[in-house]
Amino acid sequence: MQNEDLFKEMAQSITDGEAEIAADLARKSISLGIDPLEAINNGFVMGVNYVGDQFSCGNMFLPELVMAGEAMKAAVAVLEPELARRGTERKMLGKVVLCTVEGDIHEIGKTLVGTMLSATGFQVFDMGVDVPVMKVVEKAREVGADIVAMSALLTTTMVHQKDVIEALEDVGLRANVKVMVGGAPVTQEWVKQIGADGYSEDAIGAARVAKQLLGV
Amino acid sequence: MAGKIKSVTNPKLRLDILTSDDILRLHTATLDIIESTGVRFPSKRAMDIWEAHGAQVDRITSIVKVPGQLIEDALKLAPPKYNLTARNPDQDLSLDGNHVFLGTDGCGVEVIDINTGKRRMSGWQDVADIARIGDALEEIAFHWVAVSAQDYPAKTRGLHELRAIWENSTKHTQTESIYNEKEARAAIEMAVAISGGKDSLRKRPLLSIMQCTAPPLGQDGGSVDAALVGAEAGLPVGFMTMAACLTTAPATLAGNLVVGNAEVISATALIQLAYPGAPVFYAAAQTASDLRTGAYTGGGPEDFLFGAAQNKLSDFYNIPLSMGSFATGAKEPNWHAGVENSLSTFMATVVMSDMLLGAGLLHGSRIWSYAQMLLDCEIFSIIHKVMQGIVVDDESLALDVIRNVGPGGNFLSQKHTLKHMRDIFIPQFMDRRPYNVWEEKKDDGRDWALEKARKILNTHQPEPLEGKISSELKKIIASVEKE
Repeated sequence: MQNEDLFKEMAQSITDGEAEIAADLARKSISLGIDPLEAINNGFVMGVNYVGDQFSCGNMFLPELVMAGEAMKAAVAVLEPELARRGTERKMLGKVVLCTVEGDIHEIGKTLVGTMLSATGFQVFDMGVDVPVMKVVEKAREVGADIVAMSALLTTTMVHQKDVIEALEDVGLRANVKVMVGGAPVTQEWVKQIGADGYSEDAIGAARVAKQLLGV
Repeated sequence: MAGKIKSVTNPKLRLDILTSDDILRLHTATLDIIESTGVRFPSKRAMDIWEAHGAQVDRITSIVKVPGQLIEDALKLAPPKYNLTARNPDQDLSLDGNHVFLGTDGCGVEVIDINTGKRRMSGWQDVADIARIGDALEEIAFHWVAVSAQDYPAKTRGLHELRAIWENSTKHTQTESIYNEKEARAAIEMAVAISGGKDSLRKRPLLSIMQCTAPPLGQDGGSVDAALVGAEAGLPVGFMTMAACLTTAPATLAGNLVVGNAEVISATALIQLAYPGAPVFYAAAQTASDLRTGAYTGGGPEDFLFGAAQNKLSDFYNIPLSMGSFATGAKEPNWHAGVENSLSTFMATVVMSDMLLGAGLLHGSRIWSYAQMLLDCEIFSIIHKVMQGIVVDDESLALDVIRNVGPGGNFLSQKHTLKHMRDIFIPQFMDRRPYNVWEEKKDDGRDWALEKARKILNTHQPEPLEGKISSELKKIIASVEKE
């Protein structure tokens, strides 16, 4: 019964977007000897689901989604060492290497996509902005990425999305990864032209596309 | 013959959206942010300039913290008035605070094809066609690069776009699609070729350069370098903030204004420190992100308020303003587009923003529509008319005429009516036909706007560039391509 109350508090901390409280509750659950997977699935994830539902029916908005995502991240960060200690791991939907392409410093859309993907259950490797083509490819190989997701805001830098796809082909990785592209100038036609697998105009759609691409 | 240009001037309407106390608080808050938090300038040249003038520069983060006094003193060096000059001097635009000029929007990535009506990727010929139509329209005072010439390599695309405009219009061109020093230098070389020399370009800059900031509180290094090169050549340069509430700026409008203002005035001050007295303009297109998706909206009440507030701020700094208006988020020329573009443009115009950007793009400046371009011109004309207000004098009171007609008569056959009837606005794209006439085809202003655009494209002959200048431009571009 006591655990049930704690799980409710955990869910509430996510709904409220309170990262510090979420982290505290995670620590508390470890000290009480609660299985971290249980804390995640019966506690924190319930909050994420609630926020997702409320968002879908128009009662909650993007900032609340982002804050819930960040609170979730904070809780999981606390629980991860305990997960490792117990030799268990959280089942993720897939690994995503994320960046803004070379020559482009526009960050916010890319970061928002990262937050949404994490909140949805993907493991995200955010490489930041202005990332050289080969760095993206190396990272994808290193972590065994399921998805490479690239953002660009300028029509002149957008071409590097194509370069990354070609580089993935050159090193023989293309068949193993799905490629998602985004950014204001990206259109369906561009996606087709460069042979990417998916795109979305906004971050929430990006999470949906990622799930579709991996069939999860 | 060069067409005349329509501008809003001698306004009869006014709007007090911010008190002088409000403006002072915005200014003080901005200086506080620039001095305490700083703005990112990822450009070696910019950081060198800042350091030489006593700003605190962090070479690792590229964040520059500048004393408020340094910003204020630098901004005072900027000329309050100057002209955007055109290949044809009759088309020069006076940025004197008493004119509002409309340009085309930019930089879209798709075009609704003028013949097929199908949406497709934009290319060089589109830039040329849009410039040609803009050349013919009196409402279009100057050009932005309306769409991206995606059939040319990224490295020289901005230069090909300029050539497309210059070959098709004599009006002033403001590029918003050159993002690095090398391309800027080549663009200037091209402008020099048209002007006939560096000094004549400096005297009559037929090109100006608009760069976007990178909110919140950042600049794009290549953009800053390109602007510095432009200022060195005497070209008017401006920095545009597109800070968006929720994502790149606070949710509150005042907070958004502070973030954007910090970006723009810090970059503007940098230009003045490098080239004191260089012509500069303030550019802004703040917005609020969509609450559900975080996406750029291209319109909404927040945008309208920003449109009205911004000129008060740039007036405070005494430099001309280029204000984002139009640029609806609508997917086609429809109700949504009409509401947003009318209100955004009215609000930016009533405070006399010097330049309005811009006509023709849909879906948050992504998709070019020729119909929308013409409809936007009509919106501008309507606002142009509204801004003339109501004249009250003996002639307009028309007492003799009223007495003459008396109760129950009509004014149709009065000489006074003949004299003044053309003061009344005649719409091109509003449907005032009888219902049954409309019912026959159910066509509307969008169809007529598109028809007009087609007609202009088929018939309008702009004053061409001399053949040898045109080939000189191509040569300059080719030399950059070879590098």
